[in-house]
Amino acid sequence: MLGRNIGFKLTFGVVLTVLVTIGIFAWFNIQSQSRSLLSEVERHASQLSEAVKSDTEYDMLRNDRERIHESIRRIGQQDSIDRIRVFNKTGEIIYSSEETDIGRMVDTQTESCYRCHSAGEPLEHLEMQERTRIFTPGPDSPRLLGIINPIYNAPSCWTADCHAHPETQTVLGVLDVTIPLTEVDRNIRHSQIAAIILAFSVILILSLIVGLMVRWWIDRPVQELLAATRSVAGGNLAYRLTVKRDDELGMLANSFNNMTDKLAQARLQLFQSDKLASLGRLAAGVAHEINNPLTAVLTYSSYLLKRSQGRPETHKDLQVIVSETIRCREIVKNLLDFARQTVPKKRKADINEIVGRAAKVIENQLALGRVQLVMDLDPALPSVTVDANQIQQVFINLMVNAADAIGDDEGHHQGHEPGDQPAARRGSADQDRGVPQAARTGRPQVPDRRQPRHHHALPQAGAKRAHPPRSHVRIERAPVERHAPARGRRGTAVPGVLDLADCRRRALPEVRRSDLCLRSAVERPRAGLPAGGLRLAQLGAGRCQLERRVRGGPCEDDGCGIPKSQIPHLFEPFATTKGPKGTGLGLAVSWGIIDNHNGKISVESEVGVGTTFVVRIPVQA
Amino acid sequence: MTVVAADSAAEALRLLKESRFRLALCDIMMQGLDGFQFLEELNRSGIQLPVVMMTGYSTVENAVRSLAAGAIDYIPKPFTADELLTVVRRALRSSALLDAADSARLERAGSMSFVPCPDNYLKLGCVSWALMEDEGTARVGVSDLFLKAAEGIREFELEEPGEDLVQGIPCAVATSPDGSRHGIMCPMSGKVLEVNADAQSNPSLVEKDPYFKGWLYRILPSDPESNLQWLSL
Repeated sequence: MLGRNIGFKLTFGVVLTVLVTIGIFAWFNIQSQSRSLLSEVERHASQLSEAVKSDTEYDMLRNDRERIHESIRRIGQQDSIDRIRVFNKTGEIIYSSEETDIGRMVDTQTESCYRCHSAGEPLEHLEMQERTRIFTPGPDSPRLLGIINPIYNAPSCWTADCHAHPETQTVLGVLDVTIPLTEVDRNIRHSQIAAIILAFSVILILSLIVGLMVRWWIDRPVQELLAATRSVAGGNLAYRLTVKRDDELGMLANSFNNMTDKLAQARLQLFQSDKLASLGRLAAGVAHEINNPLTAVLTYSSYLLKRSQGRPETHKDLQVIVSETIRCREIVKNLLDFARQTVPKKRKADINEIVGRAAKVIENQLALGRVQLVMDLDPALPSVTVDANQIQQVFINLMVNAADAIGDDEGHHQGHEPGDQPAARRGSADQDRGVPQAARTGRPQVPDRRQPRHHHALPQAGAKRAHPPRSHVRIERAPVERHAPARGRRGTAVPGVLDLADCRRRALPEVRRSDLCLRSAVERPRAGLPAGGLRLAQLGAGRCQLERRVRGGPCEDDGCGIPKSQIPHLFEPFATTKGPKGTGLGLAVSWGIIDNHNGKISVESEVGVGTTFVVRIPVQA
Repeated sequence: MTVVAADSAAEALRLLKESRFRLALCDIMMQGLDGFQFLEELNRSGIQLPVVMMTGYSTVENAVRSLAAGAIDYIPKPFTADELLTVVRRALRSSALLDAADSARLERAGSMSFVPCPDNYLKLGCVSWALMEDEGTARVGVSDLFLKAAEGIREFELEEPGEDLVQGIPCAVATSPDGSRHGIMCPMSGKVLEVNADAQSNPSLVEKDPYFKGWLYRILPSDPESNLQWLSL
């Protein structure tokens, strides 16, 4: 497990390198240190032997053996000297600091004689280095350094009274001084121990630092990536890495997130297709069977409705039957629309015109909900090849959704403050005055779901007559010059690409938070998208934003913005945020239509801020 | 109510852009754009305007083609003033009903101005319907919109069994309570196998249930293939 860890491997590699480097360095260091220590000892020994030689020279000339003995013994008693010996030519120890040695014969092959006697004829002159030797006499004794100092024949020797040496002799004997290397060896060992301690502490600190750095910069992000990959492989495509880095791993994490996004999108699309296909088959069958009986119920009940004018109670009941049947029919119709997935009858069309027509269709509904529609359309949009009716249906669906999202709390307001300047209290008035109204409204209440919607619409309509709404449907074309700088900033616009930009980010003048906002513009193609798109921005966030600003608390309003958990199911059939009021088919149908146009429809939503639907339609469809 | 005349389809389109009209009466044979091109142009520019087609060159094909192209009704020349008035009145009411249905749907109001044909029915314009049956026969009836636009029916005059019906030619005449007579264009050609006696004896049955029990004829279609191209689902 540890061996498979990239951090461990890296740390191990670094530590190994450092270990080798320090080892080599320490080795050379100790080598040179011991060399210099030894040469110091050597010099000391040579000086000593010279001193002994000159000290005993006079006595030797006088052949005063007792005195020579005495001085050698005295000198040899010093701690720093192992022993001092003088050999004569034949190898007999004549003097020694150790009494027992005297008179012993030394073989010419022993360590002290070997230097000169190794080559058949004994050498007479030796260099300094060759005169010294290091040896260990026994297994437990310390190392010794021995230095031999030849005693050459001198005229005074053969002219002396004793006449002990003939003139022909060159070397009369050898002075051998041995010095224990205990001190030197201890020093070397200390250096070795110091080097080892240094190496280990460096390794420890280095591996700690490298390990931490590797863990922090490499190991952790890699582990996170690994966990993310496993999680994604396990099917959790919502997994996101939090990226706080700007290095390669950060980029990797970013592109990982990007990839998962794409994957999630692709899966959603695939899932949608599957779901659409199977649901389509089922729905078509069921809807067909239900459709005819529903029509019969409707024809009979509406006939009865017409005949029941005189009896108000029956008339009212019949009205409920009719309206509920109509609702059923509408659901069935949507289901069939969705299931049938008609092949679009594509023709060249102007998107802005389609948007305008869609807006016109829902004009009344918007006015009823007092939702203002602000349109900012790029007049330079290229024409697209689409089924105008189907695309119009998409826009109507999106706009109705948006209006519903805004309209809900408006309706609630109306219900609670009948007659008290209801229109003026709403929307901008709330925002102007701020706190009290905003705080009082709180969570927009959903009208009683058990009642059909028109029960709410009716008093509203009445109130509208009494107090004309402050906002009204307003459709305006954006002036051309507004887009010119924008386009320059965003780069060269590719002709034939569409975008309805988000009003929230590029605030339009006079757009209030409760307004429905629509924009079309040329969009630069992005990677992975069919060329370009159309953006439809939906804002229903006014009160929420205000509340958040005023109270500083999180916004709990689910009327504006869609909770993240619902977004993946948004385009699924029968997914609705409107409760029983919605069939949950509008977005599914829209999705099907856009899909049939080889386009894409996506949603960006933030609870408390608002929702933006982006419709992208390829230009060469 | 004012009437404005235009010399050509182009002129009419210009006028339409300037002001609103409730109904257009349009010839098929015209200089420049013909009647069908005019309808197409309206459709393309998104102008919602009910159009009644009229022509002296009255072929069956012209009639059904007009309805398929989006005309609300069709009247062959020559016609009497009464006939024209009947058609115009019916067309105005039809378009009002269609508008009401549109707005009701958008406002999700639970009311309904007329009941549209069931999904699998073949429709000739918004006048009549045909339903293919498993035995190769077809049922023929009149749409609820037509009935509502005619403001109720006092009496149906139907053909006898064995007669041949032709698509686009009136196959029944409905008389409103006010006495105006409305020709119901046949959606499909064929020989009459059976006449719905209930509908004839009790016209309110047709009003009550125009798509099921209120059928008018059972026919043996003579040329369903070519008939189908003018019918819409």
